[in-house]
Amino acid sequence: MNGKTDVWQGTLALMALKTIESLGPLHGYGIARRIEQTSGNVLSLNYGTLYPALLKLEQEGSITAEWGLSENNRRAKFYKLTRAGRRQLEREAREWERVTEILARFLSPSGDPA
Amino acid sequence: MKRLRAALLRLTGLFGKQSRERELADELEAHVQMHTDDNIRAGMEPAQARRKAMLGLGSMEATRQAYRERSTVPLIENTMQDLRFALRQLRKHLGFTCTAILMLALGMGASVAMFAFVDAALIKPLPYQNPTRLVEATESIALFGRANLSHLDYLDWKRLNEVFSSLDVYTGSGFLLNTPTGTEPVPALKVTDGFFRTLGVVPMLGRDFYAGEDRPGASRTAILSYASWQRRFGGNRDTIGKTVSLGGNPYVIVGVLPKEFHFAPGGRTEFWVTDHADDSCEKRRSCHNLVGVARLKDGVSIEAALANMQSIAKQLELQYPGDNRGQGASVISLSEAFTGDVQPILLMLLGGAGLLLLIACVNVSSLLLVRSENRRREIAVRGALGASPARLVRQFITESLVLVAAGSALGVAAADGAMHLLVSLISQDQMSNMPFLLGLGMNRHVLAFAAVVALLAAILFSLTPLIRLRLNAVQEGLADGSRGSAGTVWRRFGANLVAVELAMTVVLLVGAGLLGKSLYRLMQVNIGFQPDHLATIHVVLPEVGYEKNEKVEAFAAEALAKTSALPGVRSAGIINILPVSSNGNTDWIRFVGKPYHGEHNEVNQRDASPDYFKTIEAKLLAGRYFTNDDDAARPLAVIINQSLAKRYFPGENPIGKKIGDDDLTPNSIKQIVGVVADVRDGSLDSQLMPAVYYPFSQDPDTFFALVVRTSQTEQSILPLLTATIHQIDPRAGTVDQGTMAEHVSASGNLHRSIAWVVGGFAALALLLSIVGLYGVIAYSVSQRTREIGVRMALGAQRGTVYRLILTEAGWLTMIGMGVGLVSAIGAATLVSNLLFGIRAWDPPTLAGAAALLSIAALAGSYLPARRAASVNPVEALRIE
Repeated sequence: MNGKTDVWQGTLALMALKTIESLGPLHGYGIARRIEQTSGNVLSLNYGTLYPALLKLEQEGSITAEWGLSENNRRAKFYKLTRAGRRQLEREAREWERVTEILARFLSPSGDPA
Repeated sequence: MKRLRAALLRLTGLFGKQSRERELADELEAHVQMHTDDNIRAGMEPAQARRKAMLGLGSMEATRQAYRERSTVPLIENTMQDLRFALRQLRKHLGFTCTAILMLALGMGASVAMFAFVDAALIKPLPYQNPTRLVEATESIALFGRANLSHLDYLDWKRLNEVFSSLDVYTGSGFLLNTPTGTEPVPALKVTDGFFRTLGVVPMLGRDFYAGEDRPGASRTAILSYASWQRRFGGNRDTIGKTVSLGGNPYVIVGVLPKEFHFAPGGRTEFWVTDHADDSCEKRRSCHNLVGVARLKDGVSIEAALANMQSIAKQLELQYPGDNRGQGASVISLSEAFTGDVQPILLMLLGGAGLLLLIACVNVSSLLLVRSENRRREIAVRGALGASPARLVRQFITESLVLVAAGSALGVAAADGAMHLLVSLISQDQMSNMPFLLGLGMNRHVLAFAAVVALLAAILFSLTPLIRLRLNAVQEGLADGSRGSAGTVWRRFGANLVAVELAMTVVLLVGAGLLGKSLYRLMQVNIGFQPDHLATIHVVLPEVGYEKNEKVEAFAAEALAKTSALPGVRSAGIINILPVSSNGNTDWIRFVGKPYHGEHNEVNQRDASPDYFKTIEAKLLAGRYFTNDDDAARPLAVIINQSLAKRYFPGENPIGKKIGDDDLTPNSIKQIVGVVADVRDGSLDSQLMPAVYYPFSQDPDTFFALVVRTSQTEQSILPLLTATIHQIDPRAGTVDQGTMAEHVSASGNLHRSIAWVVGGFAALALLLSIVGLYGVIAYSVSQRTREIGVRMALGAQRGTVYRLILTEAGWLTMIGMGVGLVSAIGAATLVSNLLFGIRAWDPPTLAGAAALLSIAALAGSYLPARRAASVNPVEALRIE
């Protein structure tokens, strides 16, 4: 639809982690907007799906949440990266790079899978 | 680690649901606010901005749902929901719930309790090493399949056999034990030295008998049972080495048996001593007093062992044609020897309890079926609102699990109570012969059995409503929800269930009828004497001081004289073995002047005092009773019973004829002085046997029963009897005091217990199946109210409506009865060994069961029929 790509299963958590890492403690809305902006508005993000993903990360101990005030003085829940989260981000980013590299080689016209 | 942490958090997420939902709502609201702010800043109208923000968030409900599922464990969450709903449902239909749980508990209780008995008696291995390799080895004669072994035969068997790694023997015995409070007869068992090694039992304290400790002249040693050690010696470890006086002889205690050890034939045996093979019986090959216990060699089957022993017995028969004529061999597993008698009984009772359980389950199933019928609308609505079929199925499973869990818990508790009740009904004497029942209780086997039954019930109850429900037929369900058409599935299925139930009830009713009638016949058996107003007591004289027959005879004479003089006593007599005990203690006799070919004329042999027959009021048919003149100084006399006279003196007058032993040894020749009508020596259900009675004074014994006829109550004389015996000799022991009526009645105890238990099962089954039938008919009536209304509106009479409903019930009853009667005959044939004086196809019993069921069924279906007949057609039509 209108030329946008859906967010792939499983990648949302990684994007959220990366966003929090680069911007510091951030609320859900901020994370969502940032993901959209970073993707150059190509990704179509259903904001609602972000919250269960954040909950999962929180349960796994990758991020912690705390209520605070936004730049516009709105009460919002801020998510902060933990040390475990940072490690997870590094690991998953590496993995992701490997996967994309392999796929890229696989799909490149000159590449021979053998 | 990460996963674990998340899982734990999700588990804790099962709680505090409300605050979490509120927090999510706040967070989403903040999100919308911030987005709206941004949109306004980008130049949108406030309303437009908020709408856009909301759209960006997507479906709020989906988010909430995803969040909820993520924050807890959906399976548990749903199960809890199902559980809460199930409990609410069950509470709302309290009548249904209680009925179902009670019926289930009843079935479970009965079958679990019976299984516990089966487990204790038949499944639990005997407390010996490798018990399946142990056998009982005995001789075998035409009269008894398993007959005692003589000492000399035992020695030959031990020497010649190739199948046993060891063979030992035991023989029952008893001693008078000197205690601080007086002499007390205690049960003992005499065994050969290797007895415990053959069983593979090691004393927990002290030592086993040494090899050779059973030789004549070896020192007297004894091993204690654990119970005796605890009771008599306070469980002191220094009991070993102590000396006890048994029958006046000193015995050194050398060991104590383990607590879990028991040996059924020994009953409550307290002392185990070695058999020194030094009495007169053990010197004669024709005197059989031993039972063999053997361990099979590796790889040898019981059949092979039997074949070997039979060939040895044959060999001995050729070698000793006089003594061993007709003496075969029997080898059976030790567990069969111990529990062979109760096995068919226990299995039958378990079967009966199983039927009861089935009836209960069928009843609960049909109740569930009725309920699922009534819940079609609810199910349809839930389905329409989006409940998945799996979720609906889970709801039913949850409900049945709740029912089964409650029913099982109650049932297991009931089983525990029933077990204690049944054990308390078993008399001490019977119990001592079934020591394996002491291990009865809620052990792992029994609980596992209960769990399996519960699981099967749960599966059955989960499936039942599912059969009925076609989950996809949502629309149909919604449409016909209020329509009164009884589902055809229900008609076909539920009705069949009730017929099955009735059939099983007939089986139990017939079983109870046959067993009850057996018991009645047993109690009507002619015992040949008048058991009322007879008091009995057994007297044991010590070995030391009564070595001479004259001493014993003098004691007996004094005891008779003194007891006869007691107030209210009309006469007193002595007999060595009470009537209605057991056949056995036999003698081989030969008739002077009759052809003889070496056959063994085996007859019961009893010793009686002059007034014995008068006392028990046995009928004298010819000749005379013994008199005080028939003593050791006079020619030997004998009284025979009618059976003997009929068999050996057909058409002759036996009075004055002479009998002797197999060789007609001069000092064995006795003259027949009287013939008495048969007095039943064996148990009530045993065969009458020819019997000889010798005068007690010509064949005295240190163990005998004193029988007293009193004009007062038997109970009042008993203490006086004991006192009189002790007055004559304080060292004499008394045991088993009681009344003859009790003694005779006790012979029917087993039949009585079985009849009562099966009768109880049958009564419960009848109750349950009539409740079931009532349920089915009542439900059918409620579903057919409209049809009945229409019929009546069209002119049907009340009588027609009655007939309509009663015909339905009648058909079910007929089918159930037909199937039931056929099955009952089959089942009764299976247990025909337990019946007495009655055939499995006893017509009056079958007719009685059928009549009882018909009456009950009529009563059960009359109420709904009346309700149907009193339907007001106008109202019935308007309801719809």
